[in-house]
Amino acid sequence: MKPLIIKNGCVVDPASGLDARRDVLIEDGRIAAIDTFIDRADADLFDAAGLVVAPGFIDIHVHLREPGKEGAETIVTGTRAAAAGGFTAVACMPNTQPVNDNPMVTRFILGQAAQAGPVRVYPIGAVTKNNAGEELAEIESLRAAGAVAVTDDGRPVSSARLLRRALEYCRALDIPLVDHCEDPTLAAGGVMHEGEWSLRLGLRGIPALAEELPVARNARLAAETGARVHIAHLSTRAALDVVRRAKQQGVSITCEVTPHHFTLTDEACRDYDTRAKMNPPLRTADDVTALIEGLADGAVDAIVSDHAPHAESEKQTDFESAPFGIIGLETAVALALDKLFHTGKIPLLRLVELFSTGPARALGLPGGRIQVGAPADLTLFDPERRWTYRAAEGLSKSRNSPFDGWSFRGCAGVTIVAGQIIFRR
Amino acid sequence: MPARKTVARLSQPHLLGIEPLRVEDIELILATARAYQTRVADERRPVPRSDLLAGKTLVLAFFEASTRTRISFEIAAQRLGMDVVDLATEASSVQKGESLLDTVKTLSAMRPDALVVRHRGSGVPHFLARHTDVPILNAGDGAHEHPTQALLDALTILDHKGSLSGLRVAILGDILHSRVARSNIHLLSKFGARVVLGGPPPLVPKEFERLAPGLTVCHRLEDALAGADVVMMLRVQLERQREPLFASPAEYARHYCLTPARLAQAKPDAIVMHPGPFLRGIDISGEVADSPRSVIPHQVENGVAVRMALLELLTGAPA
Repeated sequence: MKPLIIKNGCVVDPASGLDARRDVLIEDGRIAAIDTFIDRADADLFDAAGLVVAPGFIDIHVHLREPGKEGAETIVTGTRAAAAGGFTAVACMPNTQPVNDNPMVTRFILGQAAQAGPVRVYPIGAVTKNNAGEELAEIESLRAAGAVAVTDDGRPVSSARLLRRALEYCRALDIPLVDHCEDPTLAAGGVMHEGEWSLRLGLRGIPALAEELPVARNARLAAETGARVHIAHLSTRAALDVVRRAKQQGVSITCEVTPHHFTLTDEACRDYDTRAKMNPPLRTADDVTALIEGLADGAVDAIVSDHAPHAESEKQTDFESAPFGIIGLETAVALALDKLFHTGKIPLLRLVELFSTGPARALGLPGGRIQVGAPADLTLFDPERRWTYRAAEGLSKSRNSPFDGWSFRGCAGVTIVAGQIIFRR
Repeated sequence: MPARKTVARLSQPHLLGIEPLRVEDIELILATARAYQTRVADERRPVPRSDLLAGKTLVLAFFEASTRTRISFEIAAQRLGMDVVDLATEASSVQKGESLLDTVKTLSAMRPDALVVRHRGSGVPHFLARHTDVPILNAGDGAHEHPTQALLDALTILDHKGSLSGLRVAILGDILHSRVARSNIHLLSKFGARVVLGGPPPLVPKEFERLAPGLTVCHRLEDALAGADVVMMLRVQLERQREPLFASPAEYARHYCLTPARLAQAKPDAIVMHPGPFLRGIDISGEVADSPRSVIPHQVENGVAVRMALLELLTGAPA
């Protein structure tokens, strides 16, 4: 492969604090040089004028649905959507059919991912067998097969006893446990956030407390066991306050926030639009404000899509019957640029951190920085370009997005994995 | 019956709830319903019948059990000359796993003139309305709205009190699970009534106050009843509670049953309403239900008139 020079881009690397116009030389799939001016007669040139050159973006919360729900998404379509959204790597959740609770499923996912293409796929294994919350899954074997973390995402680990045992394994294996925090007794039967809108619509609510209580418990268990706990899709002010305080006390706790939770509120459910149904549910304007504060001040470690594809027929039903979840790989970067950067709430360097260094650190993944010698995984995005998202034209197999038809300022442009341009808008 | 030259229309093609209706829509429905009332003008007046909607077809799709609302719609349609088809959901393709969307598409393809829907899921009529041009009348969706009940309640209050503005209306009981309460809250607030909600704390969350201006929440029945012009009791909806929200029906009755002693807190001329079916001795005492203060039978009669008005307004000009 010929060397490639990415010229004239603005290189933003949170790890080194670099935020300046630089040329980047890629050779043999790795970053060979970063300099103000690079000239090599034998290299291909890519003019990145007007683009930001960032470390490859990593989405650590994605449902690829394979094996088992290939009608909604496959590893091929999901990783294509990831590349189109600016992601060079994704971590995929274990709630497939069968559940990724044993090394055979982990190896299957890695095998399919290797065939699917260059986007890096990091499988996350289950905490408990069949995500049932009753017996521990084969955590050590999952790790040996390539799982980067464990979670029962979609469901909480509600037994404190089981969670404590799992954390002891995680600590020894040096992997994080990702918890979907939801007290099942408080959330039971809920389909949206409990508040004015759930009362108005006559829908059963999921109170904010249902998230805060297990987050508080998890912070204590993380402190007690010394293991790393990562809070999935955090959505409330109170839960964020718990994480912030725990971090100040030196607890190994991290958390992530989705674009829909920092953009929409529970009012989006007002017409019983099933594309506004996800778990955790859309919360209040005050929660949105708190999440954006946390994204800005470092309490939040990563922005994730929680990409949750569902076939059209599953979502085309009444609100209470519809499944939870929306797709988000192809809109996450645009929403962050439009709602966080262009509103002046988050500077670009911090925004890039939330998509790269932050998620890499939270899950202990390679990448997340632009460094000579490191694999050339890069995300080039155009912070100014205006465009309109059409779910029907997206690369995901599913279309369940509340942002269908939304116009954005800023979008992902070029995605490079190991020096290879895998997507170009 | 005087022939109307032009048929007035609502601002909306469906009746999905009270909340989206304009005040003028509600006034039009009530004015139209008055022509169909059976007892207000003259007790001996014959039941109004017409062939205004002859040749039109009404489909009743009750996915949740109903006696009075279903029969009321059926009688209303028959008095206007409509053909009525009852979708017996327990014996239909719904039971064979057909999706709600496929069911409504199939029904729509048979070109009925209106579809009355009751479903245990909140928002089901709204979902169906997005997929059909047939006018949909919501006969109760989950814990959301029951618009025809609020309209017949308004007509009944107006028959007794003349105006809604400034009235103090106490709505008492299981507000949380009540679609009747929600529809009445919206309607009464739109017309300037002051609504007070009362009942056991978990069944009357404080956040209800944000639903409409001038709404207040109390827990003691006596406080909610103080100075009331209208008392609306609600049935305890045991079937909608996932877990018991009070200790027992007896415990509920001790604190929340409308007894003559409690009713004495209300104004001397206060009327007592209940959407039915009522649980004697649990949500309302037999003495109150059977007293002259109770307008429950009047509500039932007005139900037919209101539904006739809605069928006229939503299925359009005579065929």
